[in-house]
Amino acid sequence: MTPEPKSSFVLSRRHLLGIEGLSYPEITGLLDLADEYVALNRQVEKKRTVLRGRTQVNLFFEASTRTQSSFEIAGKRLGADVMNMSVGSSSIKKGETLIDTAVTLNAMHPDILVVRHGDSGAVALLARKVDCSVINAGDGAHEHPTQALLDALTIRRNKGAIDGLTVAICGDILHSRVARSNIILLNTLGARVRVVAPSTLLPAGIERFGVEVYRDMREGLRDADIVMMLRLQRERMHGSFVPSVREYFHYYGLDQAKLRFAKRDALVMHPGPMNRGVEIDSSVADGAQSLINEQVEMGVAVRMAALEALARHLPNA
Amino acid sequence: MPLSEVRPLLFANARLVDPSRDLDFVGDLLIADGVIREAARGIASAGVPEGTQVVDCRGHVLAPGLVDMRAFVGEPGAEHRETLASASQAAAAGGVTTVVCQPETDPPIDDPAVVDFVLRRARDTAIVRIQPMAALTKGLAGQEMTEIGLLRAAGAVAFTNGAKSVTNARVFRRALTYARDFDALIVHHTEDPALVGEGAMNEGEFASRLGLSGIPRVAETIMVERDMRLVALTKGRYHAASLTCAESLEVLARAKDAGLPVTASASINHLSFNEFDVGAFRTFFKVSPPLRGEEDRLALIEAVASGLIDVVMSDHNPQDVETKRLTFADAAAGAIGLETMLSAGLRLVHAGKLTLPKLLRALSSRPAEILGLAVGTLKPGAPADIIVFDPAEAWRLDPADLKSRCKNTPFDEAKMEGRVLRTLVAGRTVYEYV
Repeated sequence: MTPEPKSSFVLSRRHLLGIEGLSYPEITGLLDLADEYVALNRQVEKKRTVLRGRTQVNLFFEASTRTQSSFEIAGKRLGADVMNMSVGSSSIKKGETLIDTAVTLNAMHPDILVVRHGDSGAVALLARKVDCSVINAGDGAHEHPTQALLDALTIRRNKGAIDGLTVAICGDILHSRVARSNIILLNTLGARVRVVAPSTLLPAGIERFGVEVYRDMREGLRDADIVMMLRLQRERMHGSFVPSVREYFHYYGLDQAKLRFAKRDALVMHPGPMNRGVEIDSSVADGAQSLINEQVEMGVAVRMAALEALARHLPNA
Repeated sequence: MPLSEVRPLLFANARLVDPSRDLDFVGDLLIADGVIREAARGIASAGVPEGTQVVDCRGHVLAPGLVDMRAFVGEPGAEHRETLASASQAAAAGGVTTVVCQPETDPPIDDPAVVDFVLRRARDTAIVRIQPMAALTKGLAGQEMTEIGLLRAAGAVAFTNGAKSVTNARVFRRALTYARDFDALIVHHTEDPALVGEGAMNEGEFASRLGLSGIPRVAETIMVERDMRLVALTKGRYHAASLTCAESLEVLARAKDAGLPVTASASINHLSFNEFDVGAFRTFFKVSPPLRGEEDRLALIEAVASGLIDVVMSDHNPQDVETKRLTFADAAAGAIGLETMLSAGLRLVHAGKLTLPKLLRALSSRPAEILGLAVGTLKPGAPADIIVFDPAEAWRLDPADLKSRCKNTPFDEAKMEGRVLRTLVAGRTVYEYV
């Protein structure tokens, strides 16, 4: 028989739309539950029944391989029937598709919708139109809560605690939902958060997010415990936000030379998919200090925890 | 235009506020044959023409009907959003007796025949006065100027490129220069589209937290600065369509101090709300230009009080569910406002930020003066476009009660203070609150 997690944590809300608004106990409750799933996921028998009979729909308006498969595996391991829906946004207007799809799906009585959309606020808008639970798998440049949770779990397992650590988030902060969710979560858990980016990739008012802002990467990495790299979208590399790939890599790409400014035992993270040679050098990405593959493993555990913690709160649970 | 009532009407015991003459006193107002005869104390006792019907105003305010300098009406081409008839019903309920409609129709009002169409449709279907603004450039494309002389002769009260700026400074300079010969007023939306970019709300910490692209204040200020230079060069009559930033007001003040022929509007939305009202991506608060910071809102109110901002307008922009129930980035900008403008303005009066005469000046007499209309005053001989309202009556706005075809009001379910009791156009009652 499969051992059950000891944690009986319940997320007493219907949706997981963002880190914003989550309390310290809610975050640590999710991380504790996820921690147990890490162990369970390393066993041969991974299948559990907590979501048996439940229908989980992964509704992705924006292409994603890793997040979608991570949610799919998480749902299946918990016993849910998982359906993947990828909705292109080419032919019809995006917003119409969003509401129409939500209403249509709702009529099929899913229990959990996992939604990714390219527009900020889209997942919250959809959540208002359905009766089931909704997990935000990334909305525009707004939030990506399960990514921040899996990052926190990865850090906690490697450093023991998050409180008091210095975390440098580097790269395209402006367009990054990962950065926003992480800044909120890491601040809640007591980390010192730095952001490192050229000024064109920093959002207005960033200094009021509870972060220290650095334009010089070496300064920003000095004595950091964690270096968290962000992906730079291809369309932003050539003159619109930064002049060129090689200039960006020269000043903001993480290579061994820059990494030496961080603590000797600093760890390197990246939400993926990586642009090797743009924001991160292969020798760092594949090096001893890299946690990038472990992040992927934590992703499944965190998503199982989020699904279960919400499911415990579902009607008829 | 509705026919005037046959019998003379005496509004007795009213607080008469006439911002065109700085009058504010309790008295009576007599109208006959569609025009104002007299506004004074004690007309009732001094004897009135035989057959006069007397209306006891019970101390409520009697003021000139409001002149709304910027309202989008969908006729022709977008009648599902608003027709001249439905807009005029909404206007009457809100105390607006003159609606200046915008040329962003389909086809646009860039040809004298379309001006003529709008005026005829208004005559046949609308219950308040409709004054069309014509396009400044053909097809509103910002490239070639329209027939300013012929359009003006056909009845266009001003010229505008609608909710888009004319980015080509050469085109705008020529239009200002040419319009001057006809004493035509150019009303300009001041936003540099390149700086607006993909922006959906005011740039700043709040937009960053929501992950929404921001529209910087400088997108507006840079255009106002440019326009002031062109006005100084050409001396064409210029009106800034909708200013939203404190910095723009400084630019405007310098131009006015230098004696340039410039005036400006602010929308009731920007006087009532700030960027935080967007809250959790509420698309009813997506307007163009975007809602700014609280310090900008307060500066705008102060500018209305001082007269630096001449006009307060509704920026009435009906949007239906299909254009509003979208993600914030995709949703259309705009809010309806004809029916709520006066009540929203009265909030500022009750909050002690504006006096009632100063509010009414910005809502009636100033826009009438700027547009060269005979309304917006209680002077004897002026058209009897008047409103009676209770400035204190409290009510809750139910969108279902709105007469506009669209219900995209940012005052959804809001508590309002002040209610229009009666609206007259040319002496005829077009709205009465029962």
